[in-house]
Amino acid sequence: MLALFFAPACFSQQVALIKIDALNNRINAGYDTTYIINLWATWCAPCVEELPNFEKLNQQSGKEKLKVLLLSVDFRSELNSAVIPFVRKKKLQSEVLLLDEQDAQVYINRIDSAWSGSVPATLFIQKENRKFIEKQLSYNELVDTYQFFKNKEL
Amino acid sequence: MKKFLAPLLLLAGLAATAQINTITPGQSAPGFKLKNVDGKEISFSSFTNSKGFIVVFTCNTCPYAKRYEQRIVELNDKYAPLGYPVIAINPNDPELSDGDSYEDMQSLAKSKQYKFPYLFDEGQAITNQYGARNTPQIFLVSKTTSGNVIEYTGAIDNDPENTNPGKTKYVEQAITALQKNSKPDVTVTKAIGCGVKRRS
Repeated sequence: MLALFFAPACFSQQVALIKIDALNNRINAGYDTTYIINLWATWCAPCVEELPNFEKLNQQSGKEKLKVLLLSVDFRSELNSAVIPFVRKKKLQSEVLLLDEQDAQVYINRIDSAWSGSVPATLFIQKENRKFIEKQLSYNELVDTYQFFKNKEL
Repeated sequence: MKKFLAPLLLLAGLAATAQINTITPGQSAPGFKLKNVDGKEISFSSFTNSKGFIVVFTCNTCPYAKRYEQRIVELNDKYAPLGYPVIAINPNDPELSDGDSYEDMQSLAKSKQYKFPYLFDEGQAITNQYGARNTPQIFLVSKTTSGNVIEYTGAIDNDPENTNPGKTKYVEQAITALQKNSKPDVTVTKAIGCGVKRRS
């Protein structure tokens, strides 16, 4: 019984399912925060390649008002078989979420009307400012885009 | 001021990349002659009695393509006898996509017993003419007096994970409309899937 209580402490990273309504509520509630939402999947090689860039930015942002969300579009049935094992193996520190939506035509457009539906893709949101980029980002591209948003805050 | 300009220019640079122009309903369907997994070349004219074609850009490796494999087989089983055969084309550059070589395609077609062509687009010319973005992506084509015309582009249905029995089947709906000599209600959807592995 004790083991059950202590085991999760070794793997503090969890992966929550999230609906788009809940995601939007979160973004709206944190209005002075810049959200960087990286859409990825465990099976997507360029996504896996760019994840360390998001981890690095997240770690280096310190007390800045930045929230990095790694939003997986893996199939929901693969949460326990693929997503959680991946997150633990890679020891991801940023918050990882799994998109809990079924109708692709609805959720693609609700995330961004410019999205074709492929990953990797990244959405930057800060108040009414949005930027959606559907491609793999280098660390410099990621930081430059984030800086652009930070400057808008002034 | 300079401090702000630099990031602005960078953003403009980002936006300028990766422009893919997908052909749209009403445009004519580009012709092709591509090698099938059996070594024979296939074109639209290989099908003499068809009313149209379900052209699908799909591949061996993408998890979405795998989820849709059986649904593509079923589309062909249902609609080839009604005049709308499936023509599958692998748009990926095999050098950029491990598991999508011509030989890999042959193995998949054999193991899944594909009764429709599965074509290799060497050099990706046809992929680029259609502007295929993701796999799987449908281009429904009808034969008309003025040639082969695109009637619908996008997803097969709105449920990639295949868990909703009440899913909207866009391709089936579009063919049903064509069979009644009318136009589909929905002519464009987004083909969620894996980006085509393009040689830049």
